[in-house]
Amino acid sequence: MMNFGKKPASTPVADGSGNCALKVALAGNPNVGKSVLFNALTGAYVTVSNYPGTSVEVARGSTVIGGVSCEIIDTPGMYSILPITEEERVAREILLHESPDVVIHVLDARNLERMLAMTLQLIEAGLPVILVVNIMDEAERMGLAIDIPLLAEKLGIPVIPTAAAKKRGLPELREAIVGYDRKRHAVFGYGRKLEADLMEIMALMSGSYTLSKKSIALLLLQRDEEVAGIVRAAEGDAYPAIEEKVRDKMFARRDSFHLDLSLERKMVVKGLMDGVFSAPDKRKPVFGERLSRWAVRPLTGIPLLLITLYFGLYKFVGSFGAGTVVDFLEGTLFEGYFNPWIISLTNRVVPWEIVRELFVGEYGIITLGLRYAVGIILPIVTTFFLFFSLLEDSGYFPRLALLVDRLFKKIGLTGRAVIPMVLGFGCDTMATMVTRTLETMRERIIATLLLALAIPCSAQLGVILGLLSKFPGALVVWGVCMLLIFLLVGLLASKVVPGESPMFYMELPPMRLPQLSNVLTKTYSRMQWYLMEILPLFILASVLLWLGKITNFFQTLVGWMEPVMSAIGLPRETTVAFIFGFFRRDYGAAGLYDLQTEGLLDARQLTVAAVTLTLFIPCIAQFLIMQKERGTKVAVAIGLFVSGLAFCTGYLLNRFIILTGIL
Amino acid sequence: MKLSEKAEEILERLWVEVEEEGNVFTDLDKITLFPDEPVYRELTDAAFIEVKEGRVYLRPEGKEEGRKIVRRFRLAERLMMDVFNIRGEAAKEKACQFEHLLNEGVDTKLCTMLNHPSTCPHGKSIPPGECCIEARRSGNLGVVSLTELKPNEEGEIAYIQTEDNKKMQKLMAMGVLPGNRIRLLQTFPSYIFNVGYSEFAIDTNMAREIFVRKQQGSG
Repeated sequence: MMNFGKKPASTPVADGSGNCALKVALAGNPNVGKSVLFNALTGAYVTVSNYPGTSVEVARGSTVIGGVSCEIIDTPGMYSILPITEEERVAREILLHESPDVVIHVLDARNLERMLAMTLQLIEAGLPVILVVNIMDEAERMGLAIDIPLLAEKLGIPVIPTAAAKKRGLPELREAIVGYDRKRHAVFGYGRKLEADLMEIMALMSGSYTLSKKSIALLLLQRDEEVAGIVRAAEGDAYPAIEEKVRDKMFARRDSFHLDLSLERKMVVKGLMDGVFSAPDKRKPVFGERLSRWAVRPLTGIPLLLITLYFGLYKFVGSFGAGTVVDFLEGTLFEGYFNPWIISLTNRVVPWEIVRELFVGEYGIITLGLRYAVGIILPIVTTFFLFFSLLEDSGYFPRLALLVDRLFKKIGLTGRAVIPMVLGFGCDTMATMVTRTLETMRERIIATLLLALAIPCSAQLGVILGLLSKFPGALVVWGVCMLLIFLLVGLLASKVVPGESPMFYMELPPMRLPQLSNVLTKTYSRMQWYLMEILPLFILASVLLWLGKITNFFQTLVGWMEPVMSAIGLPRETTVAFIFGFFRRDYGAAGLYDLQTEGLLDARQLTVAAVTLTLFIPCIAQFLIMQKERGTKVAVAIGLFVSGLAFCTGYLLNRFIILTGIL
Repeated sequence: MKLSEKAEEILERLWVEVEEEGNVFTDLDKITLFPDEPVYRELTDAAFIEVKEGRVYLRPEGKEEGRKIVRRFRLAERLMMDVFNIRGEAAKEKACQFEHLLNEGVDTKLCTMLNHPSTCPHGKSIPPGECCIEARRSGNLGVVSLTELKPNEEGEIAYIQTEDNKKMQKLMAMGVLPGNRIRLLQTFPSYIFNVGYSEFAIDTNMAREIFVRKQQGSG
């Protein structure tokens, strides 16, 4: 996930083209620095994050090492050669079918013992492995010592210590890649009984495979359907005998084959670790660890979350982004200089009123579309993505995920959904795309619904915070309304949407100080994606509004919607904002902003309008992504439900405020 | 004195009503007890229950007896699920039949075999018996699920018990392997633990499936 736009962008460099002399695949557990290494080797840019499971897509890049052209493939994280999740399947696909010349197994020096099990599997599969012991810098800081030459000797393959983020060890790695000798590697034996069983199966196999027969036999015993299919195809008539034998062995070991195998591997790893790895007895917790402790305890974690939100979202995105920067860009630059200039220029150059209207009129592409996109939305979204990338790289999100897991379980989600939910505060469309990473269909549907309904995107949030900041009471009512609806609809959805309840597990990466360059590049790549996606829509919206105006259809539409508007207690002028809102929610909110500056809305009307508009139908882009990700039926159902609920809530809220007179 | 099966079942329901749901009394028809049945006399004669104006009260003697019956039933449920691997309604039905065999010390043996479980498969607590108290006092905790550990306690992973093969593989790939040292860091809102130098967070349902041999003296 998180690799919108940028990952595919590095693809064209060399899309598996045959003119590369060496094919090099990076493999390893999630969050060990494969993507950082990829970037360092190729000079291309792949989104890197401190969040496990970020690379779903496969990135490819090319580089020249010592005069040899190499294709580098970055695979999604895998824990084992036997895949469980979609990402792992994708990663193994490459090892199985692309026959790389070198497989670089990247692991985290601090977790050498745990991760060496996969190195064994790769070597056993007969793959040409180079082991990269990454994150050496942090390991050294923790006082861990690793005897690299001894490890290399025991494994019989090149072992390179690196700190990819600091570019340490890269020359050695490059050297090892071009000088690789695939004949050299150690052989590891399991217990006598397992070896005998494997021999029996291997004796029946006569086909040729990209992985070693021993590895294939082991995967068969672990009931790997995909490998079974490959063996069936390779062996033809001999397959039934193999199947029979495998079934026999599986039955004999039915109690605990997975476990036994893991334990056998663990024994081998223990032998390897002997004399290689030493750790200090006691160590001082570093600041990152203490911060991590604070972040995961409810007593300190919730205040920390509130502080983060207050300074990050309210102060930085709200006050600075949506306040200071918008005032300057929109107020001073656009209204003060750019618009008067472009209007007078157009009036001089273009003789036709109707065309002038299209570009610089009330809803003109330049005066409205560009002004909204660049003057209001851009600064808000930029500041939000900056904030989001900073949090992402610090390793805070997995901690937030575990903190909210219990609450999210109540609304049918797990802590994992915290990423799309937080991202939704930036851009709901992007967040809807990211719901793909949730494990069950049920979670994906509920998350999509909640994003469409109750999570305002940053642009909208910025404008609404700006609008309501003059009436603190209104802001409170709006906030309470959103929270209530989020929880209520979630609670209801978790009862209604069928499917099993999901489980939550997550690796917590260490908290670290984000690297500025990485944060900036990431923000830039998200901004690029965002602008490519929204600018055309803003222009389209301007054109449609212009069409609506010149054909008078617009007036008719406003007329139609007037009864609805007056039912929820709003003046007819707000209709325009709602029609804008159909193109983009933030656009609609920006429309409200104009109305408010003209003094057309009081506190009650403003609150009702803000609540209704926040809940109201998602922007066109989000709807399209919803349809793409969840299918037309679900998307339409969500769309109808959301619109209905938005107006009902608006109506009830208006009544409620009038009756209680709280505003 | 040995109670009839019917009497045991009534006492069990009554005990749950009074002790766990906090009712002072219950209605006769709610526990399907009718004054003209022999079981009614059996229970009143033993002074386990007292009936006043159609309301059934549990007497102290009955409380003690009911507690034992509930304990036997929930132990039977654990046996069905943990050892025989029977789930759902079938498990409940079998446990209902099985509980009546668990008297005269058989319950103590079963409880020890199951390592003095504290909750039934549905999360209700199993009233502890003498053996449980004795085991706790002697500090011999044996193998417990991760949920029984306190923060900062450590142990060695003994086994993983899950129906779901994928979940098992995921846990093992994460380093949750028998023989590895595990250190629990936090239990709320999620379970956080260390294996090696990595930290993981899991929910209660997964934590329940990891069984740990507690280190002597570390608790």
